[in-house]
Parts: sequence; C-alpha cells; structure tokens
Amino acid sequence: MSDMVKNTGLFAIVGVLILLTGFLQSWNAAMLILNMGLISAIMALGVNLQWGFAGLFNIGVMGFVALGGLATVLISMPPTTEAWAAGGLRVLLALVLGAATIVAAVLLYRAMNAGWLRTLAMIVLLVAGFFIYRAVLDPGVGAIEAIDPAATGYLGGLGLPVLLAWPVGGLFAAGAAWLIGKTALGLRSDYLAIATLGIAEIIIAVMKNEDWLSRGVKNVIGVPRPVPFEIDLQNDPAFVDRVAGLGFDPVEASTIYVKLLYAGLFLVVLLVLLWLAQKALDSPWGRMLRAIRDNEVAAEAMGKDVKKRHLQVFILGSAICGIAGAMMTTLDGQLTPSSYQPLRFTFLIWVMVIVGGSGNNFGAVLGGFLIWFLWVQVEPMGRLLMDLITSGMADGYWLKTHLLESAAHMRLLTMGVVLLLVLRFSPRGLIPEK
Amino acid sequence: MDFLNAFVSLSNYVLIPGVAYGSQLALGALGVTLVYGILRFSNFAHGDTMAFGAMVTVLVTWWLQSLGVSLGPLPTALLALPVGILGTIVLLLVTDRAVYQFYREKKAKPVILVIVSMGVMFIMNGIVRFVIGPDDQRFLDGERFVVSARTFKEMTGLDEGLAIKSTQVITVITAVVVVALLFWFLNRTRAGKSMRAYSDNEDLALLSGVNPERVVMLTWIIVAALATTAGVLYGLDKSFKPFTYFQLLLPIFASAIVGGLGSPLGAIAGGFVIAFSEVTITYAWKKVLGYMMPESLAPDGLVQLLSTDYKFAVSFVILLIVLLFKPTGLFKGQSV
Repeated sequence: MSDMVKNTGLFAIVGVLILLTGFLQSWNAAMLILNMGLISAIMALGVNLQWGFAGLFNIGVMGFVALGGLATVLISMPPTTEAWAAGGLRVLLALVLGAATIVAAVLLYRAMNAGWLRTLAMIVLLVAGFFIYRAVLDPGVGAIEAIDPAATGYLGGLGLPVLLAWPVGGLFAAGAAWLIGKTALGLRSDYLAIATLGIAEIIIAVMKNEDWLSRGVKNVIGVPRPVPFEIDLQNDPAFVDRVAGLGFDPVEASTIYVKLLYAGLFLVVLLVLLWLAQKALDSPWGRMLRAIRDNEVAAEAMGKDVKKRHLQVFILGSAICGIAGAMMTTLDGQLTPSSYQPLRFTFLIWVMVIVGGSGNNFGAVLGGFLIWFLWVQVEPMGRLLMDLITSGMADGYWLKTHLLESAAHMRLLTMGVVLLLVLRFSPRGLIPEK
Repeated sequence: MDFLNAFVSLSNYVLIPGVAYGSQLALGALGVTLVYGILRFSNFAHGDTMAFGAMVTVLVTWWLQSLGVSLGPLPTALLALPVGILGTIVLLLVTDRAVYQFYREKKAKPVILVIVSMGVMFIMNGIVRFVIGPDDQRFLDGERFVVSARTFKEMTGLDEGLAIKSTQVITVITAVVVVALLFWFLNRTRAGKSMRAYSDNEDLALLSGVNPERVVMLTWIIVAALATTAGVLYGLDKSFKPFTYFQLLLPIFASAIVGGLGSPLGAIAGGFVIAFSEVTITYAWKKVLGYMMPESLAPDGLVQLLSTDYKFAVSFVILLIVLLFKPTGLFKGQSV
C-alpha cells in the first residue's frame, strides 16, 4: 500500500510542477510540456518494453521515431499527381527491383555451398542489382524532384485522415525493427547497440536526402491536423461567446483549447498502451521475457525460444516508438528531418526510462514526464542561475557574456548528472520493478 | 599519360584523403579498443573525449597565437597538443574516480557501464558546448599545402593536379609515431605487458601480482593521449565542431569492431578499411573512368555510387557484414 501512496505522490509532484508552470509562466507553456510529456511517456514505454522487460539495448530510438514522422507525411499529405505521373511508377519499380536483388542474394546464399564461388556470385549479383536499381531509380527521382520544387517536388502522401498515420507509423517502425532484429538480435548487447545506432543514422540520412520521399531538408510543412485550427475557432462566434461567457480571452482560449484536444487524444493512446503493457507484463509471456532477461541460458534450457521472444519484443517496442513519432509530427504539423538528433531522441528517452525505473511501466511514464519537464525548464533555470552568478560582475566583462550565452548548454550537462546520480544512488529508478 | 592522370586524380581524391581519414579513425578506434580490452565495456563517451581534448588544444593554441608563438610552417596546435593531452588525462582520471570505479568494484555488468558511459557522454558534451560553444572553430595556421595542385602540374606537366595538404602529412606522420610508441609500450615494457596480461585473462593477471588499479589508470592515460591526438588531427584536417565528434562515434566503433574489439592491430586495420570504403563509395568516379576508358565509353553521369551523406551507411553496412560472417572481427578480437 505504501508503494501505491509513494507512486501516486510522485505523479502528483509532476502534476504540480506542470501546474506551477501554468501559474508562473503561461498556460500555453504548461500545455506544451504536458503534450510533449505524453509523447515522451509513450516513447519511454516502448524503450522500457525492450530494455526493462527483455534487456535489449536499443539506441536507435530516433530512427523509429523518425519513421513514424515519415508515416504521417505519407498518409496524410495530399498526393502530388503530376509527380506520380512523371516518375512515381518508375520509383516504385526501382524499389521493387532493389528489394528483389536483396531477396535474390539471400536465396543465393542459402542455395549455394560455402566457398569462393558463392562469394563471387553474391558480389556479382549485388553489384549488378545495385546498378540496375540506380539506372531505373535516378531518372524517376529527377523527374519527380523537378515538379514545382519550391512547393512539392515529392510524391506526396495518400491524403487520408491523419489519425490513421499513428498506427501506420507503428507499422513502419515495426517493419524496420523486424529487418534489424532478424540481422542484429543474435549479436551481443554492445553490438546490437552499435547496430541500432547505425540504423537510426541511416534512416535519418535517407529522410534528409531522398527528396522525392520526404522533401529532405526542405521539410514538409502544413501536415493536416486532427483538431480545428486556432484561427477558425477565433472566427467562430459560438466558440467566442462560450469562452467569453467563462471570462477568457478568445485568442488565448483557442490556443489552449486546441492543445487540450491534442492532450486528450494523446492521453487515450497512452492509457491504451499502458494498459496493454501492464497486461503483457503480468502475462506468462511477460514472465517468460523477464526469465530470459535474468538468465538467458537457463531459459533456453527450459525450452524457451529466446531469439523469437527477443524479436517479438523488439518489434513491439519499436512500434510504440513509431506511434509516438507519428503523434509528435502531427503535433508539430511539420516534418523536419534535420531536427532529429540522437541526443534528444535516443539518449534522452533512455534517461527517462532509467530515471523512472526500468522494468516498471508506470516508472517509464513518470520518467517521461519528469525528464521532459526538466529538459524544458533547465534552460530558464540555467539562465536564472547564471544571472545570479554573474550579478556581481561588471557589464561587458567577457566571462559574464560567455556565461550568459552558454546557459543554453546547461541541458545536456544536467541530464548527464541526473542520469549518473540515479544510476549510482538509486539504480532501480524512482518506481522500481516489483 | 591518361593512366598517370587517372592515378593522380585517384590519389588526390581517394588515396590521400583516405589515408589521412583512416589514420584518424585508427587512432580513435585504438582508444575504444583499449577501453574495451581492459575495462570491458564499449565507451560511448569516446567521441566526446576526443572533442574535449581537441577543445583544450584549441584554447591553448589560441592563447599561444595571441602571444605570437608559432612553429613556422607547422600548425601551432602541435605545440598545444601536450597540454590538451594533459587536460584530457586529468578529465578521464577524475571521471574514473568519480564514476567508473564504483561500478568496477561492484563488478557491474558491462551493459550497465555502457549506460553509465552514456551519462558521461552527456556531461562531456555539455562541458564542451559550455566552454567553447557548438559552432565551428578554426585553429589551423602555418603552411596549407606541402604540394599544391598548381606546382604539381607545373612540375610534371600532367593535366591533373595533386594537392597534398600539410595537415594530411602531419596526420599520417603523427599517427605512425603514436602507433609505434603504443606498440613499443604494449610489447616491450613491463607496464604494457601487464596491461596485455590483464586484458587476456584478468584472474591470471591478478594472481601474478598485476595491480588492477594501476592497469586501469595507465589505460585511461593512454586513451586520453590517443583520443586527444585523434581529435586534434581530425580538427586540423577538417574543422573543430563538437557535434561532428559525436558523429564520429559510429565509424570509430565500426573500425574497432571490424578489426576485432580488443585487438590494437585490428583497430588500425579496421580504421583503414572503413575510411577507404567510405571514400571510394562516395567518390564521383567520372574523371578517373574518363581517363581510363576510350572516349566513346566515357560515362555521362558522375558515377558516384552513393551521395556523400550516406557515408554512415557505408561504415554501417561493412560493420554488419563483418558481424554476420566473422563476429570476432578481422583480427580475432574478444567475444565475451
């Protein structure tokens, strides 16, 4: 029972912190923290599934999050019909050919006996396949990117409702996770870490460079929203009357109303996923995973299929990260591939899971909110601290200017200190695994 | 003549940059491999250690420049390098005392140490950004070229120019000296032998009277020297920007793993394998092929296999191939 009280207390503290932001700064800032906190909590749930349940060391979270973002664009943006006419089919054909080459290589590898002949055949097949792929792809890409590059220059999406993109983002991430898991899950934990780190960088590189797919660094803006626009609400007499009746300013009320709607949507997703994760944790499947995590050899000796379980949980956890990524892009209303930074989207999520308590779903959710709050608030706090430190110095003194300018970089330092302190003094996190 | 032109063009854009980049990766990978061999974890803070060492060197270089000290044709940074190494040694030893030692005594699992090194990475990254900021910094001075494209053309009468940057020569010479010193130390001195013994078989080494704390301290000192040198050489050759050092982590780990984690020789081989594949695959072959092939067959496009932005993909694919087909790396590393 005391555990229950303690945990509720911890969540209450985070709630109070967000409320304080509302009272002291602004309610818009508080709602922003809440919304991104909800998304961060979902990402932390995904990582907790992999690390906390199964002990899989995935540091490619950024890649799965970005794939979710890509799904949002591909599902919800209107299709660019001219681009499809110019080279759409050609690009699709090239992708099919590329995939066929890889499948053929795998089949060839299985069919032939080991030896130099096989190596040679593989190299010839892969090189020939690569050149055919490029020969088919390049003209198509050129044609697509030539179509009104300032506004489109890419294939666009399917024009479907944006909410559909959330599960699809999960599917994208799951597909990528299946591919990675098939190749890299048998490796030792450090190797899996490097492999996932690399995959994430590659996914980002593809999104930055394949303009026909995601407009690259030109970004996709104006992603459709599942909620009304603020400006429409302000022009809607019914809405204005209602908030005026409650004594609010219509402009501020409309922005907060929109954020509340988002928060509602995100909360539903978080609660569903949390419920599922709790069910999974208590199921025989969850117990098996923890048994494998604690002693792989013993579990294998008991006849458990370690590789298959690892693959399952790796896919599930990555899918959750993908869903969160799609939600985040929906909230931002734009896809900016260059904004995906591993420190922010991979390692920060890890800090959330470790601080919250790996192996405990509620811990991961708490960590998501708390660390996100810190991440946002450390900057103003750092500035305050620097103001205090430099208050005795003369204006224009080089150290003062430097310290004030550098306050923005306090974030990373703080996160590192928090992570190390928790690992040292409370290695099981704020809400430990039972 | 065409053949010579093709060769010069190839050297200019592939061979020479490849050798320089390979040396930088090899020095970085040596640090990673040493930490792995002795302390038995993958150190994710290595990229940021390089950044820290380079940063101290940059600051000292600026100070020396402001005093008017210079090495003539050589970059002043070489004079500042020992100070950078000293600073990094202090940083790493303090980190070890404050952070890693606790887990070593507890015999924590390697994966916990990896997560701990993530925290250290955050802190080092924060320190570097705090002190010098996230922007590009230039600290190169002295002669830019050993051989410039113009003089080469005038000397040989070829159509293609060959430019050798002084930083490339310095990189290679420094790398050779450092590696020679390292191998001399590991193979010839008592302390180096005790390090190798500890890496091979911890228990046996302990029984033979090897002092583990001394070995660990020596390792951090050597790693600091290697990381700082690698960081400064990379910064001289390209430019100093904190974030690029974090990104170097992937090719450096790829080099260390391809060579075989824990094997110093493997780290060097891995560095060059990764560097050359990155450079060759992202190089536009049009010119070289144009010289080599008859005119009618000369290619129209750039004949660039992958755009340079995909260089991470190259190191990664090689890493994956090696892991799948030869998990211990080219030079039988450890596979704990």
